[in-house]
Amino acid sequence: MNVTPLSSLDLSIAAGLIVILAVLSVRLNLGLGQQMVVSAIRMTIQLLLIGIVLQSLFATSAFWMIFLISMVMLVAAGREVRVRLKRKIRGWFGFGVGVGSMFISSFSVTILALLVILKQDPWYEPRYAIPFLGMLLGNTMTGVALASDRMTSLFFEQQEIIEQRLMLGETWREAIAELRKDGIRTGMIPIINAMAAAGLVSLPGMMTGQILGGTPPVEAVKYQLLIMFLIGAGTGFGVICAVIMIERHLFDSRHRLRLEKLLPPEQ
Amino acid sequence: MKQAHFQIAKLTFGKNGPYDLSCGPECIGIKGVSGIGKTLFLRALCDLDPHGGEVILNGRKLSEFTGPQWRSQVGMVPAESRWWHSRIRDHFPIQMERDQIVEMVNTLGFKPEVLNWQPSRLSTGEKQRLSLARTLAREPAVLLLDEMGSGLDSANLQTVEQIVLEYQKLKQVTVIWVSHDDDQLHRVCDRSFTLLVDKLIPVEETSSLQNKGQ
Repeated sequence: MNVTPLSSLDLSIAAGLIVILAVLSVRLNLGLGQQMVVSAIRMTIQLLLIGIVLQSLFATSAFWMIFLISMVMLVAAGREVRVRLKRKIRGWFGFGVGVGSMFISSFSVTILALLVILKQDPWYEPRYAIPFLGMLLGNTMTGVALASDRMTSLFFEQQEIIEQRLMLGETWREAIAELRKDGIRTGMIPIINAMAAAGLVSLPGMMTGQILGGTPPVEAVKYQLLIMFLIGAGTGFGVICAVIMIERHLFDSRHRLRLEKLLPPEQ
Repeated sequence: MKQAHFQIAKLTFGKNGPYDLSCGPECIGIKGVSGIGKTLFLRALCDLDPHGGEVILNGRKLSEFTGPQWRSQVGMVPAESRWWHSRIRDHFPIQMERDQIVEMVNTLGFKPEVLNWQPSRLSTGEKQRLSLARTLAREPAVLLLDEMGSGLDSANLQTVEQIVLEYQKLKQVTVIWVSHDDDQLHRVCDRSFTLLVDKLIPVEETSSLQNKGQ
């Protein structure tokens, strides 16, 4: 059931392909060569480091270390959501939207899965906890970032429409009904599409990994189904949570649109 | 019919104010140099922007109402209208009978078919007239008009002025009309004021001030 270990030479051959691509890119004047090499080197260092960290983590299974690592992951994901917005939210709230909704979407769903479904001993067994949290954070982050970006952009683009609806006596909920639907859809469409295409167009990464590791395909499929259900639900909860946080933040108690809470767009 | 009493007391917003003005059922004109805050003045009155001081309608303070409740009584017609539903009709209250809407747009010179149109078919002037109609359909006790008439030809302008004045007299409401057109203010308003950064002064005084300066 063991994976064939990869030698440094094996990896060098694969990395060589990237080098060839970089040379080709310089020849074709694509201006991507440097970026590609830097990204490849970054990835190598980051993954080697996380490999070392995980190895020592799995050896100790100390709760406080797992807690610390998951907090770092959560904060990084929150920061990533903020960075991806074209119209950023002023102050700590901009960061809070990401962290808050990722907490709902990834943390609670992962904890539920660990306690109720996977039932390891201890329940935070890092060999399960960290990969599940990582996959959930990585995937729900995309949905949350897409929805938040769409919402803040739409608030800006449709400021006049929103305010003219308010002028006619509509509540803020009525004035942005279509807009919030658009925001939530934008965040959820990718995972809905991914569920529909899984198995036909793409073999999901986790399943592929398990099959390579020697797990019987049907068992691997079960795990993949589990993670896809969790990701789907997590993305939905996270997107709805982010949209609610943003809309409540951008309207005040007098049903006034407060766009000064967004930063001007970056050039 | 109850007569509107609309009172502005020490109203401030941004660096503007404090403004005081007491209005009965009448048409008040507001003029002022561009950038002085005429639109912001109207926005503060319908509680679209944060502001200081008090605005009182028929003895009840703005803060006694929710934002939407206040704005259904103090209706503002913006200088440039936007439309969001796919048909014109959907911008009028759902509970309003089609016949009533037809009658209303008819007085503004439209055929009934316009209600089924997409907003993109309308010209600037048509949009402005229908934007007045959609606000009047909510029967506000105070009507705030921002540069109403700047996009209209003289015939349509006359219609619009006539309809506003008829509504004002019929319902005994307060109309506050922001305009840069002195002739228009003279034609339609009972009283006119010039908006300065720190106060409102009657237009007659404005001209005498200017005369003194010369």
